[in-house]
Amino acid sequence: MLVFLAKRLLQLIPTLFIVSVIIFGLQQLLPGDPALAMAGEERDPQVLEQIRRQYRLDQPFYIQYLYWVGGVLSGNLGESMRLKEPVLTLIAQKFPVTLQLALMAIVISLTIGITAGIMSAVKRDTPIDYAVNLVALWGISTPNFWLGIMLIFLFAVHLGWLPASGYVSPFQDFWLSMQTTILPAFVLGNSFAAVLMRHTRSAMLQAMSSDYVRTARAKGLAERVVVLKHAMRNALTPIVTLGALELGTLLSGAVLTEQVFSIPGFGKLIVDSVFNRDYAVVQGVTLITATTYILLNLLADIAYVLINPRLRS
Amino acid sequence: MAVAHAHVAELNHESPTARAWRRLLRRKSAVFGLAVITLLVLIAVLAPLIAPFDPTQQSWTAIRKPPSLQHWFGTDESGRDLFSRVIFGARASLLAGVVSISIALGLGVPIGLLAGYGGRWMDAVIGRITDAMLAIPFLILAIALAAFLGPSLQNAMIAIGLTATPIFVRLTRGQVMAVKVEDYVEAARAVGNPARRIAIKHILPNILPALIVQATISIATAIIAEASLSFLGLGQQPPAPSWGSMLNTAQRFLTNAPWMAVWPGLAIFLAVLSFNILGDGLRDALDPKER
Repeated sequence: MLVFLAKRLLQLIPTLFIVSVIIFGLQQLLPGDPALAMAGEERDPQVLEQIRRQYRLDQPFYIQYLYWVGGVLSGNLGESMRLKEPVLTLIAQKFPVTLQLALMAIVISLTIGITAGIMSAVKRDTPIDYAVNLVALWGISTPNFWLGIMLIFLFAVHLGWLPASGYVSPFQDFWLSMQTTILPAFVLGNSFAAVLMRHTRSAMLQAMSSDYVRTARAKGLAERVVVLKHAMRNALTPIVTLGALELGTLLSGAVLTEQVFSIPGFGKLIVDSVFNRDYAVVQGVTLITATTYILLNLLADIAYVLINPRLRS
Repeated sequence: MAVAHAHVAELNHESPTARAWRRLLRRKSAVFGLAVITLLVLIAVLAPLIAPFDPTQQSWTAIRKPPSLQHWFGTDESGRDLFSRVIFGARASLLAGVVSISIALGLGVPIGLLAGYGGRWMDAVIGRITDAMLAIPFLILAIALAAFLGPSLQNAMIAIGLTATPIFVRLTRGQVMAVKVEDYVEAARAVGNPARRIAIKHILPNILPALIVQATISIATAIIAEASLSFLGLGQQPPAPSWGSMLNTAQRFLTNAPWMAVWPGLAIFLAVLSFNILGDGLRDALDPKER
């Protein structure tokens, strides 16, 4: 286990290095002089010169990169040009909002996805199975932002049950926080629920036709016990991996959801920064998201090994 | 009996393409997907002939009109006919889906072949770069690329294509690894074929089914990605119609003109659904285990 862990950690180094090069290299794609873009309306040569010096744009690419990576390694992701605040502070402010959304989305999608997946496998080739498959296909094919707009229309504009947009922290007012986040969390979790339904269904079908389930049935156990205790426990192992991986994907799905519901999270921060050409923030947020994703990948691998006794040795 | 024998003989002589077609057409959902895609392509190509109005023509006397006999889908905030805009919007979406995935295939397949067939070092370097690109969530990388390249449909397609490339690199590499130990590849090598010829003539045709399935499903992802970028203002620029940017505008008029949000969203959904079910059907039809 330790050797496996050490090996996986070592593999992270080149991956993270290349991620940092890609993210930093994006700035080089910018057509024209970055200093001009940073200066905005300002065209004074002295100001431009000062910007070039301040952001080391007059230095070669690799020197700029080394300074940036040096900063990142010492916990300095630079400063937002627009908000005049350290990027790390901004991320620390926005991350909990997106994390709350993502966790709620995971709870919603696990509940819907696993329940529907099991039902569909147990009731194979019945109308319930067909309905679940249709819902799953619908979930995979519906764009997040459209679903968000339609739900705002139904629940906020038409019925007036929930607020159309905005965000309240759960520490400030728990119930109001739930009201503001339930729709976006559902939208965010929708496609994951669909993916889970499909995976759970096929894993359950495989488990239900296995020898140990046949044995359990032969012992005369109740069907409920066979399904929930024997088949489900084994079928859910790969779902753990999927769940951890999907948390990373949810972080990026949050970009559109937060935009639709005007939620001041990670996703909205990156979109606002992109439009304001706030490169330090774009680079910082992308780097943190990629690192989170890589670490979740690692955690998923470890969890998989821990859960699956056959891989433990 | 004789008829049955003749039928079996006929099936045995069937080419792999014909067999895949036969199996695909047996699946109702896949046929539905294929029919809708064909219809969407026809609509996109024949848009100027089908659309009752010019999609960019503003009319100050027809602002935000609900669906009617004259304007089937209603009109938008500038009095433009939504039915015509949805029809022309199919062009941007389908183009983005096909062009971006062609870019991803054009880059990803050769790089994947190189990784799978070019030796250990090449494989290690390409593998790490692919891992790194896949670690950056798809939409965030596409947004960052589109933003740095500048907002336009062309740049959105490049951004989506580059972002989808590692998926095809990884798939091609995996397939090559599985195929290159097969006897026919060994035989091709034994008679002295150069590596490039083996990769293109012997390996590529055998990994084609997996690539076709992935490309079909990726077109669905690319259509959603283009709509997302356009929704954020990073794709097709106004006044040219695109389903994503139409939804962006519609959001502002949700209280007064909800129909503005319904049609472009339904169009994206239908296009994505069709490519997804066609992809599922192709996976089953091209699976050699299912004869």
